[in-house]
Amino acid sequence: MEIVCTIIYQLTKNLSPEEIKASGFDKYYVDHTLALWPQAAGGIPFNACEFQSKGDPITDLMEDMAAEQKARSTYENILRLVKDPEVADPIRYLREREVVHFQRFGEGLRITQEHLDSKNFYAFNPAFDCPQK
Amino acid sequence: MKGNQMEQMKLFQWINMVSFAVNDIVLYLDTHPTDQKAISYFNHFREVRMKALKEYEDNYGPLTLDTAKPDQMWLWSTQPMPWEGGYC
Repeated sequence: MEIVCTIIYQLTKNLSPEEIKASGFDKYYVDHTLALWPQAAGGIPFNACEFQSKGDPITDLMEDMAAEQKARSTYENILRLVKDPEVADPIRYLREREVVHFQRFGEGLRITQEHLDSKNFYAFNPAFDCPQK
Repeated sequence: MKGNQMEQMKLFQWINMVSFAVNDIVLYLDTHPTDQKAISYFNHFREVRMKALKEYEDNYGPLTLDTAKPDQMWLWSTQPMPWEGGYC
């Protein structure tokens, strides 16, 4: 988030009204001037509903892993469009991090499952159904 | 680029490198908490990073609040921010 916002801040610095019109940035500019207001490439504003937090480790780790893969795909789509090294290099770095995070979450999922019933991982929710002591 | 700026940039890049090493091994240690090699790696780079951050603060101003030691002036908010082209 910080890196992407920094890129946007630097790309939109000192824009003239003519440049704003020519680049298609005009609609955003009317609503936000040059302030940072996170939204999807398609214009849908950022919303915490993009995430889920379910309180079940298997569900939540799957969600985390999916998020990493969705981000990786997005970065790859950006890299097909953007060739400016000042933008592409940090995006490439972020893409690599998604791969590492996916790997780490995957290890977390494996470790979690190792502590569960191998015949039925869903027998109970380890974050809620406390085992009898 | 002035000599001083060159030195500052080199130190800043070094801090980025060792901070990345610390950050990456932290992720690994989260799932491998007893890996002795990883623990030594963390301890080593944590130390190197702290030293570099302190050196940076002494010469150019604080990069983190932990190394901010205001004397005459509160540099934290008056240095250019990273997105403004500053190093902090």
